[in-house]
Amino acid sequence: MSVSTPTTIQEVKDRNRALIQEVLTVYPEKTAKRRAKHLNVHEEGKSDCGVKSNIKSIPGVMTIRGCAYAGSKGVVWGPIKDMIHISHGPVGCGQYSWAARRNYYVGTTGIDTFGTMQFTSDFQEKDIVFGGDKKLAKLIDEIEVLFPLNKGISVQSECPIGLIGDDIEAVSKNKSKEYGGKTIVPVRCEGFRGVSQSLGHHIANDAIRDWVFDKSEGKELAFEPGPYDVAIIGDYNIGGDAWSSRILLEEMGLRVIAQWSGDGTIAELEATPKAKLNVLHCYRSMNYISRHMEEKYGIPWVEYNFFGPTKIEESLRKIASYFDEKIQAGAEAVIAKYRALTDAVIAKYKPRLQGKTVMLYVGGLRPRHVIGAYEDLGMNVVGTGYEFGHNDDYQRTAQHYVKDGTLIYDDVTGYEFEKFVETVKPDLVGSGIKEKYVFQKMGVPFRQMHSWDYSGPYHGYDGFAIFARDMDMAINSPVWKLPHAPWKADPEYVAIAAE
Amino acid sequence: MPQDAEHIKDHFELFRGEEYKDMIANKRANFENRHPEAEVERVREWAKTEEYKDLNFSREALVVNPAKACQPLGAVFVAVGFEGTIPFVHGSQGCVAYYRSHFSRHFKEPTSCVSSSMTEDAAVFGGLNNMIDGLANTYSMYKPKMIAVSTTCMAEVIGDDLNAFIKTAREKGSIPEDFDVPFAHTPAFVGSHITGYDNAMKGVLEYFWDGKAGTIEKTVRVPNAKINFLGGFDGYTVGNTREVKRIFDMMKVEYTILGDNSDVWDTPTDGEFRMYDGGTTLEEAGQAVHARATISMQEFCTEKTLPFIAAHGQETVALNHPIGVEATDRFVMEVARLAGVEIPDDLAKERGRLVDAIADSNAHIHGKKFAIYGDPDLCYGLAQFVMELGGEPVVVLSTNGNKAWAAKMQDLFDSSPFGAGCKAYPGKDLWHMRSLLFTEKPDFLIGNTYGKYLERDTGVPLIRVGFPIFDRHHKHRYPVWGYQGGLNVLVTILDRIFEHMDANTNVPSQTDYSYDIIR
Repeated sequence: MSVSTPTTIQEVKDRNRALIQEVLTVYPEKTAKRRAKHLNVHEEGKSDCGVKSNIKSIPGVMTIRGCAYAGSKGVVWGPIKDMIHISHGPVGCGQYSWAARRNYYVGTTGIDTFGTMQFTSDFQEKDIVFGGDKKLAKLIDEIEVLFPLNKGISVQSECPIGLIGDDIEAVSKNKSKEYGGKTIVPVRCEGFRGVSQSLGHHIANDAIRDWVFDKSEGKELAFEPGPYDVAIIGDYNIGGDAWSSRILLEEMGLRVIAQWSGDGTIAELEATPKAKLNVLHCYRSMNYISRHMEEKYGIPWVEYNFFGPTKIEESLRKIASYFDEKIQAGAEAVIAKYRALTDAVIAKYKPRLQGKTVMLYVGGLRPRHVIGAYEDLGMNVVGTGYEFGHNDDYQRTAQHYVKDGTLIYDDVTGYEFEKFVETVKPDLVGSGIKEKYVFQKMGVPFRQMHSWDYSGPYHGYDGFAIFARDMDMAINSPVWKLPHAPWKADPEYVAIAAE
Repeated sequence: MPQDAEHIKDHFELFRGEEYKDMIANKRANFENRHPEAEVERVREWAKTEEYKDLNFSREALVVNPAKACQPLGAVFVAVGFEGTIPFVHGSQGCVAYYRSHFSRHFKEPTSCVSSSMTEDAAVFGGLNNMIDGLANTYSMYKPKMIAVSTTCMAEVIGDDLNAFIKTAREKGSIPEDFDVPFAHTPAFVGSHITGYDNAMKGVLEYFWDGKAGTIEKTVRVPNAKINFLGGFDGYTVGNTREVKRIFDMMKVEYTILGDNSDVWDTPTDGEFRMYDGGTTLEEAGQAVHARATISMQEFCTEKTLPFIAAHGQETVALNHPIGVEATDRFVMEVARLAGVEIPDDLAKERGRLVDAIADSNAHIHGKKFAIYGDPDLCYGLAQFVMELGGEPVVVLSTNGNKAWAAKMQDLFDSSPFGAGCKAYPGKDLWHMRSLLFTEKPDFLIGNTYGKYLERDTGVPLIRVGFPIFDRHHKHRYPVWGYQGGLNVLVTILDRIFEHMDANTNVPSQTDYSYDIIR
């Protein structure tokens, strides 16, 4: 598609609308109709982004999404470090997700901490034919012998479990009784359930409610509850994100009694109903348990955003508003303390990044939450979409984050994403490992925005400095002057998607 | 405040600062309800003992840190090695996200693959509609020359019939009548990724040779002079395949690489994304039935494929991931014999250079004890090479190795004094290996990236050879096959030995006397 670079908002909108129409022409009619509902150009003032979401992916289109197991084991449960999480079923699921998410923790791995290990029942044909319950029971016994310091076990179901009629709940209950009331949590997160990772988050949240909270009621706390107790909910400590967030909350005078679930422990989960406020970062994956705690224990929850100084300031004040003047003064002191740092970071990097455009496609909270951090550096997000967002995510995006004319793509397909980037020609794409090399081949700078491209943390003030440095090194790397061979005739020969 | 705009610390340094160290220590002390330090230490020491090893080896149900993946990964590996081919995995979609991520993390390259995205309704009613819609969408969007279908465990448990489904999809017009769709059932609860390679490769050949799933007449074999080459599932496929082609060209052998991934996993950054690049042409795949013989570099990756080929009248030869002088000699001599060609002097010269390098360096390896793990054939090739260098394998472990593999390994150990006292461990995992490293105390460990946890816990230095390699870059571009490949493996082993030596001799006024400038 040859379109001259649009300059006005109207031209951008026209270009984006034409682009959507163009990508739809590749599909069979039925598919084009379905995909059309997931693509839109944002109109300022609208209450959502005008796309359908949380709907089944279409077969054969190369969706980027994962599954419920990924949402439960990979996201919510996996980081609880003093429990053993069994990938129950065939070997692959646990293998591909083994230590790949960079949920940082400290502990003696294999002894009292198990985060970067892969425990599996490694189903064989006989387990499918005769059922895996006996194997699961024996496996739990073996865990108790070889890993005596584990504080609990979760059973993360892979696809076959729900199909062959295993009763993992009964096994878990019996074994819990046998081991003196030990926490053993069956999780029905089979990969075929739901449409994406998202249902896995929900199932995992419900399992905490039913198998951790309900069981631990009346259990004595290891500490005296205080007036400033909060729990960090929905931070997976990727590259240390929860730590660079926790430090700010503590500096403003709050006491963080639990981290959900990055660097988290079962004791912290159990203590959370005693918190005065739950602060929620990843709304998508942990709003369920926050709502439950609000209903059952009367704990309010507040969403916050620790990407970039503008949003951090806003969030610190919002969190402080739930507490007294001491905490509010504490928030102001924290903001003041870090201003010199953020000013210096912005002074250094903004001139190098001013006016650069970004297209995002990520999961969870990031398609909206990171926009402010880019804007703090003078950059513009011109396209964004969610792997597994729901309508409430798109509402938040429309009302608080995206600009008029932004291209919106829900559950984008490989084909669409390449075509969008080819035409929009952003200065940076932020997405995942499966997308990284596609766009780099096209000569487009890229950062992985799930794993922080093995860098991070990106949360908090300390994280923002790293974020700024990383975006600069991606965009301004000398390598991006090199893709075009100087003896080739057409110097405009960049960013060509696969045909 | 630890952070400074002029010297931005990331996670390496940031969390080592006092503020974070205190914060993390307080979290541990106050909220984590940890076991007492002494208790952790007691268990940590206990886990190093013979007693623990015995308990560890009496496991029957639990698998901890296995060194194997599941079948469809191997099927995807096979599919992308054919011209213009997109892998289509029938079943849950999350699996495909995992395969793509896994390969991209290893090769640092895109891996294109689609799923039929089956969900609850498909679990109840079967995935036929997913196949019909999926094939139509993939065909329209990605314009492949071929779609290679395999299955996840979901589709296998509910018993979807690929042959019937694809036939129906054809009838419904999802794809043209004569469009190529080979297929293979690849249940994740049978074997491993190497089984998936085998099933998928056999599926492709069966499709082309035996009448394209009943749509045309079976091909009548008219033998020619060509040699077919099967690499097997191989993390070094980019470097290895190119090296093997170079050797074949030197030897003036007419050949067909069955499954050539060397271009699709090594495309240039020049402004264009190539979803497909290179690969065995479909014409070549079909014509390969006429070849004189087929040589497989990995016996245990081709346990079904080779007999299938043999049944079509070809001579077949199975090697075990040949690495080093003698193993490469056998490869080259077999190729020369099968193709009826002479081995050129240039190749003999390359051989001599590898022997020269070994002669120069073997003193640093001689008598050192090695633990090795990986896919069965790779283990064989590495153990053979280690013994050739004068090293002594003491533990060779393969999670996806079987009893036949263990017996074959034992024969290898018995063939050399350097193999005396070595034992093969089929079907064991890296938690077993952890115990063995404590009790058998080898000097070095050879394995994939996940061996770094073993290195950290046991102090045995890791030499990275295997799949996946996530934390070192571009190793897959360098061959480990051929005499040149042997040289690469030799250098990889030596580098780690020298680094280890230097790291252990660099304390001033204590160990500095061995910190030699010439080694």
